[in-house]
Amino acid sequence: MATTASKLPKVAKGKKQEDVGQIPQWKLMVRRFSQSKLSVGALFVLGVMYVIMIFSDFLAPYPHDVLDSNNAFAPPTQIVWGPEGPGIYGLKQELDMERFQWIYTPDPSVIYPIRFFVQGHEYYFLGLFPSRLHLFGVEAPPEANARVFLWGADKEGRDLFSRVLKGSQISLTLGFFGVFLFVVIGSIVGTASGYFGGALDNLIQRLIELIRSFPDLPLYMALAAALPLNVPITVRYFLITVIIALVGWTGLAREVRGKVLAFRSADYTAAAIAAGASHWHIITRHLMPNAMSHIVVVGMLSIPGAIGLETALSFLGLGILPPAVSWGILLRDAQSVQAVVTYPWLLIPVILLIITVMSFNLLGDGVRDAVDPYA
Amino acid sequence: MDTAKKNGRSDEILLEVRGLKKHFPIHSGFLRRVTGYVKAVDGIDFYIKKGETLGLVGESGCGKSTTGRTILRLLDPTAGEIIFDDPNIGKVDLAKLSRAQLKRVRPNMQIIFQDPFSSLNPRLTVGQIVGEPLEIQKAASGQALRDRVAELLQEVGIRPENMTRYPHAFSGGQRQRIGIARALALNPKLIVCDEPVSALDVSIQAQVLNLLEDLQEKYNLTYLFIAHDLSVVEHISDRVAVMYVGYIVEMASTEDLYYHPKHPYTEALLAAIPKPDPRKRTRPIKLPGDVPNPANPPSGCYFHPRCRYAEDICKVERPPLRDIGGEHWVACHFAERLQLQGVTRLNEIPLIELPKRQAPVPAASPAS
Ligand SMILES: Nc1ncnc2c1ncn2[C@@H]1O[C@H](COP(=O)(O)OP(=O)(O)OP(=O)(O)O)[C@@H](O)[C@H]1O
Ligand code: SF4
Ligand SMILES: [Mg+2]
Repeated sequence: MATTASKLPKVAKGKKQEDVGQIPQWKLMVRRFSQSKLSVGALFVLGVMYVIMIFSDFLAPYPHDVLDSNNAFAPPTQIVWGPEGPGIYGLKQELDMERFQWIYTPDPSVIYPIRFFVQGHEYYFLGLFPSRLHLFGVEAPPEANARVFLWGADKEGRDLFSRVLKGSQISLTLGFFGVFLFVVIGSIVGTASGYFGGALDNLIQRLIELIRSFPDLPLYMALAAALPLNVPITVRYFLITVIIALVGWTGLAREVRGKVLAFRSADYTAAAIAAGASHWHIITRHLMPNAMSHIVVVGMLSIPGAIGLETALSFLGLGILPPAVSWGILLRDAQSVQAVVTYPWLLIPVILLIITVMSFNLLGDGVRDAVDPYA
Repeated sequence: MDTAKKNGRSDEILLEVRGLKKHFPIHSGFLRRVTGYVKAVDGIDFYIKKGETLGLVGESGCGKSTTGRTILRLLDPTAGEIIFDDPNIGKVDLAKLSRAQLKRVRPNMQIIFQDPFSSLNPRLTVGQIVGEPLEIQKAASGQALRDRVAELLQEVGIRPENMTRYPHAFSGGQRQRIGIARALALNPKLIVCDEPVSALDVSIQAQVLNLLEDLQEKYNLTYLFIAHDLSVVEHISDRVAVMYVGYIVEMASTEDLYYHPKHPYTEALLAAIPKPDPRKRTRPIKLPGDVPNPANPPSGCYFHPRCRYAEDICKVERPPLRDIGGEHWVACHFAERLQLQGVTRLNEIPLIELPKRQAPVPAASPAS
């Protein structure tokens, strides 16, 4: 007794591994997470993407939906250095009758300067504050065909850069909110099912089995196809979020139920009951905190799938509908090999989507490894 | 030691259990219909007097933990009465109390668990763990709570500075001490000790047993001490109850039970006491034959398939638990007739070596 008790304070503080009993679990998790360089890198990449998304309207020089037949499939614009700093040439549009394809030739006689912090089309920052301020824009008379396409233009002459930015507002958030919603539903239902058991549990389990007995993608498609078409984009966005959540919660609810069953029968829960704890105390003190790390991991690992799902639905014309734009819609332009070979910049949204999904996967892996800090 | 044990004991009964049953339903099929019952506890009677320790012994799976947990209403009994003499309310039948009513009685009956790992929530600090019962019962908060937790930790030999640490920082024995501190927090009268030392090293077992004995003396605690190891039970108990497949088959004072067993099962258990080899001491008792499945127990006396004294009546009639004189309770048709072999001297039982106690409990010293 004497030896064991006096041994304790000698444990060196601040040293890795040796102080595991002295700091909260979440700190251990952060420590473990930060040891995985790949996951930290992914977190950084995603951080940058989300910051860009927040400022996307400010960063986009043009509205995402203004058609411009003079610039159909215009390639990425060459930036030149003029007397007033960076600028661009105007473009001359010709039709190549043999290959039936637009050919653009720059006209070097005039350099139209690129200005920074210019006034342009109106947008609502964060959907709330009206603004016309944009990071950059080209100063050119309306009759000159001089627009800056950093990532080229699509078949309607819309600026791909502006469209990708605008699309990120949907693609980077919809899957996220869908997962958030199903994590909330799944956690509550799973906890109730596991903790209270009995008839409630039985009912919930049968319901989950029913939902899961449908194959996933057709179910999503059927639900999406049933959505009303003539509704504002915000309503459609919300409905698609709900679809993702409605189908997705079942898996999480099952896992949470399993965890809750285990924690409920743990002796520390019995000790709390023996002291007269309320259901609320037991759920919030012992069950939820212990299940939380698992919930977060499942949520994190579900985000890439949910982002992919939104993309897939939009790609198939069942998700976000034009004129609104998401990366799934941009992907439709890149579906023909011929278009991609001729206009390779159309692949940029695909690359961004891959980077996003991979980053979320790496982040999820890192979080998963980190939540078991004693391992 | 045995005379010392009798000090402070009275004949007043703190807890009396009558006809207690706990059956777990067995579900099967898609609709999870109930297809049978595990009769984990199947009609038991016993009582515990104030300030004494009743040992509850039996092979693994015979329903000891279920008994302990049902008494504390961690499980709801299927049938029976659990009459507890609450110091504030008087005698109450715990089996009939609602959740809200139970909350008032709960501070007086607490539990110590076998598994030092599952018994402490890894996400909470030691201070939060030990203070939780006080918090639940709103017995203390703020500085008063911290002071009380520090006091409790000192009581069990853990330095109060360790309050901010997590269970992971502690060894099995220390965790058991923390669990004991939690059980003490509300000043209980009765503590169910569910194999509190079975998971510990033999050397640590003795320390924890000593602690339990010291605490019992200091606070006049009453223990229901569950064990599958007769040597541990002999060491700490005033009386011993022997359980077999959800049924109490013999209950008597420790000496009576060990010297003069009246039930063939007890005799078999005594014969199976492990040799004084420390590595074998904590193993569960193994007897010839298998323990019956509590979902499908034998007819008549549950012990008859393994009993060498069994006669025809044993297959059909279940013997009731009856007092054959001198508070020696036996459930065997031939209790008076049989000449059974006990141990000849108690020190035949391999006692755990108790180290000399250091006068001040180390952690309570001002140095800490
Ligand atoms: N929650 C439960 N649901 C179904 N059956 C249970 C449950 N708890 C215990 N049992 C069964 O009841 C019987 C008695 O179990 P119990 O844990 O009380 O035994 P025990 O004497 O404490 O054994 P051990 O020495 O292994 O701790 C066992 O057959 C067990 O499988
Ligand atoms: S009642 Fe019969 S079977 Fe049961 S213990 Fe006694 S002698 Fe053995
Ligand atoms: Mg047990």
